[in-house]
Amino acid sequence: MENFTPWTSLLGGALLGLSAVLLMLFSGKVAGISGILNGLLTPKKGDFLWRFLFILGMASSILLLVPFSIELPTVSGQPLVFIIAGLLVGFGTRLGNGCTSGHGIVGIGRFSTRSIIATCLFISVAALVVFLRLHVGAL
Amino acid sequence: MLNAIIALMSGILFGTGMIVSNMVDPTKVIGFLDMMGPWDPSLAVVIIGALAVFTPCYHLFIKQRSHAINGKEFNWTKNTKVDGKLLSGATIFGIGWGLVGICPGPSISSIAGGSISIYLFIASMLCGMAIANIDIFNKKCSS
Repeated sequence: MENFTPWTSLLGGALLGLSAVLLMLFSGKVAGISGILNGLLTPKKGDFLWRFLFILGMASSILLLVPFSIELPTVSGQPLVFIIAGLLVGFGTRLGNGCTSGHGIVGIGRFSTRSIIATCLFISVAALVVFLRLHVGAL
Repeated sequence: MLNAIIALMSGILFGTGMIVSNMVDPTKVIGFLDMMGPWDPSLAVVIIGALAVFTPCYHLFIKQRSHAINGKEFNWTKNTKVDGKLLSGATIFGIGWGLVGICPGPSISSIAGGSISIYLFIASMLCGMAIANIDIFNKKCSS
């Protein structure tokens, strides 16, 4: 557990929770990132701008953190794996109506059975994939 | 105007949360998912932190309201059925997430980092969503 970072994880998590409260209490919207993104692909009148601004806020939040010398990590790997993973994540989150944020935070917080089951399932499946890749050498 | 400010503010808070918790680093996410390795429980603590704020606020301040402060209805799903669509969707998402350790939130929060891998992921994720929006996948699932 040498990489465990409990305090920054707890603080970051609390900010995610605060974001979800703010968006739901004031605007009635669910802070689920896959759902917000999908709404940009199928724009409806009066339902586009808030989505765009939320995503813009997310994408530019690093600018506020640069003064604290926080940087984004370097992410790289086999391009084909990222493409396949992206397709599966996009398709799966729409079919299952949510991702880590919509199901894992908002749904579980609302004690939704659907979200609790979905979250347990996608974490278990992802853990199995990681096990197969790192310990079996498959995939 | 309120809607726009709230959307931007909550987006900034969300992105900041993703970066501060370091969930934008796929090695942190894989470190959590790799339960047979030197396990890193950080991701679980991120969810606990988020739920510690969201759950009481929802049940104390939001649940009993008929409308949000802006007068709109709450847009959470009324669907309570655990069906084949939910289970297959979560499984497919889990496979993709496990392959690279990136899910939608961290990918968007990382846009400014300039990583080609992230751009490939986001582009194909949007394609995957568009495919799922095709009618044949939206028929009612009987299982």
